[in-house]
Amino acid sequence: MKIALFATCIVDAMYPRTARATVAILERLGHEVVFPPGQACCGQMHVNSGYFKEALPVVANHVRAFDTDDYDVAVAPSGSCVASVKHQHELVARRCGDAALEARAAVVGAKTYELSQLLTDVLGVTDAARQLGSHFPHKVTYHPSCHGMRLLKLGDRQLKLLASVAGIELVELPEADQCCGFGGTFSLKNADVSGAMLEDKAANICGTGAELCTGGDASCLMHIGGGLSRQGSKVGTLHFAEILASTLDNPVPVAGDVQLAGGRR
Amino acid sequence: MSGTFLGMPALPAYGHGNLNATEPFPKAAHRELGNAQLRANLGHATHTIRDKRLKVVAELPDWEDMRDSGSAIKNATMAQLPALLEQFEANFTARGGTIHWARDAQEANEIVTSLVRATGETEVVKVKSMATQEIGLNEYLEDQGIAAFETDLAELIVQLDHDKPSHILVPAIHKNRSQIREIFLREMEDVDPALTDEPARLAEAARRHLRKKFLTAKVAVSGANFGLADTGTLTVVESEGNGRMCLTLPDTLITVMGIEKLLPSWSDLEVFMQLLPRSSTGERMNPYTSLWTGVTPGDGPQNVHLVLLDNGRTAALADEMGRTALNCIRCSACMNVCPVYERTGGHAYGSTYPGPIGAILSPLMTGIKSEKNNSLPYASSLCGACFDACPVKINIPEILVHLRGEDVDSRRATIKVPTQMDLMMKGAEWAFSDGAHLGLLEKGLPLGRLAAGRDKVIKKLPGLAGKWTRSRDLPAPPGQSFRQWWARDHKAPDGVVPGTGTTNGTGTGSPTESEGGQA
Repeated sequence: MKIALFATCIVDAMYPRTARATVAILERLGHEVVFPPGQACCGQMHVNSGYFKEALPVVANHVRAFDTDDYDVAVAPSGSCVASVKHQHELVARRCGDAALEARAAVVGAKTYELSQLLTDVLGVTDAARQLGSHFPHKVTYHPSCHGMRLLKLGDRQLKLLASVAGIELVELPEADQCCGFGGTFSLKNADVSGAMLEDKAANICGTGAELCTGGDASCLMHIGGGLSRQGSKVGTLHFAEILASTLDNPVPVAGDVQLAGGRR
Repeated sequence: MSGTFLGMPALPAYGHGNLNATEPFPKAAHRELGNAQLRANLGHATHTIRDKRLKVVAELPDWEDMRDSGSAIKNATMAQLPALLEQFEANFTARGGTIHWARDAQEANEIVTSLVRATGETEVVKVKSMATQEIGLNEYLEDQGIAAFETDLAELIVQLDHDKPSHILVPAIHKNRSQIREIFLREMEDVDPALTDEPARLAEAARRHLRKKFLTAKVAVSGANFGLADTGTLTVVESEGNGRMCLTLPDTLITVMGIEKLLPSWSDLEVFMQLLPRSSTGERMNPYTSLWTGVTPGDGPQNVHLVLLDNGRTAALADEMGRTALNCIRCSACMNVCPVYERTGGHAYGSTYPGPIGAILSPLMTGIKSEKNNSLPYASSLCGACFDACPVKINIPEILVHLRGEDVDSRRATIKVPTQMDLMMKGAEWAFSDGAHLGLLEKGLPLGRLAAGRDKVIKKLPGLAGKWTRSRDLPAPPGQSFRQWWARDHKAPDGVVPGTGTTNGTGTGSPTESEGGQA
């Protein structure tokens, strides 16, 4: 299968390892990965902040980059950005009165998948250890990000994949379904409330005794990791794609002088 | 009621009364977050109701179908609201009731006052009602020399404490029982000085206090949960029985109901009587449901009135994207699951309607330009828990985003100097509307990495971004972006291991730097 990677802006610029892990997983399964070079961002930050006018060219750019027959399906390592592509792009085009863009956005949205969706529903991955060689001997807790959980209805897809990684010790996160408080520009506009939500999320994570908190959205992990780091916690954050990409021969290092996604050291 | 027909108003008739925030939400939230007792009370109370709701909802295999039905019935109601209102009026009037139409809070308050005055009474007992909170009826009556006594336990607590409700269903959710005991001892006449904070003892004190009012009151004021158009019937759904007392004992009953509370027919109640108790109190069935249709000679109130209230509802109905907010049945499930409400409480929202539904309903009713209500649509991380919990499937996150758009557009039209947020969005528009632009910016990543210093953590940023670094660090950016790595180093997986030792700058190996061909 020919799979187009939508890296998402935050992963492209801040967490390239997550995108590279995604490529590694897909290539390990024998698929061809392409990277449409015109891609930039889903536009969600603009839309969710009410800047529809500014969102339009961003949405149009994404549709331009991905509205080709050059691939079978598109994938992104983010529930939030995929939900935006699937649900918001048509809305933005409609609000701005661009019917042609609306129709093309629907086509692109229909063939875009979140990573765990693609792996589980399309590529038939049920056992990461056997099918991907995934090996990650660490104690990990998992935060299901809101948009993947509620907008894409991912259910336990990410968690099931993680549970099938060799060596992993998964510990349940109390109040896992509670938002971490990121919410894009919410974290700036309502910084106090966002910080209060983050405080509770961080306390729940630390209470599990896990070395790492994983999840499916780099933005939420950046928020959680940023809070943990500020509190001086040793607990880091890591995207689940990197855990799936980790093997016995090429382990993802979680200690030592390594820059974790959002965590320090 | 106006005697002169002035034609259709050119501007939407926006709502007034207690629908406005008195200060921007972030400022109010900051203050409320500092109240540790409030946060503890709210955390405990919302989690308890949340769990109860989940349990009783899980019992019904057709819960999702029921939500669909609730949503469909309400959408159909709104689509034919004028006709249904007239049908309701005809039926209610034919059975001996009197209908009054109120455009806004002021008109509704005037109507109720004149109806009370006509009875010669100076006291009324009240059934818990959001509509009368919305229009500020108690305060208005007090100014006119009429005393209004709340008879719902939580409303009584709030009224005795000279406080404001902070929740639609549990107005005193921000108080714990020792605080309630203290209020009773301070404000209730003839209270037993040995009162403890046992719930049963507190309820008994309230019961003794209220019983006298029920037996002497000649006028009651209520709201209504539903109005049934095909029969002209009004409904009050409650837990304590105080409502039943008020609805049956006095001679005069005056109800204030928003025009959106209609259901087309009696049989529609079947759906809503299942949706409402489970969503609100987490009960399978509420203890008291009262339905009345006009006047029954010799039984119950003989002087029955209904004030149909607009107060911004037609303005909300005119908003194509926002109108489903009117489908709300005031169950409060959205606020019980909201992580923002859980931490700030209801007072931070200013309006009578707090939480996620309030953050859309208040600005829809007052207009987004009204006073401080333009900060309400931003009082959400858009986590979506409210949409999942809503029994009539109001897509609150989508309406929040729509209203943010209305706010940005309205400020665009009036404010000439761009804010930091405006500039950030403008810059991001350029960066994100072309892969080449983003690629160009990513060439600056090593610079950011350098600026982060040796520990690779950014602890302080200037301007708007400083709000981030107030409680969170930011990791140093990577040495190169994914886009750069892809262009320079990615090879198709044919056994070739791409050599990329520089990715993290720290020189540490990562499996994703050498995974090619490892399958």
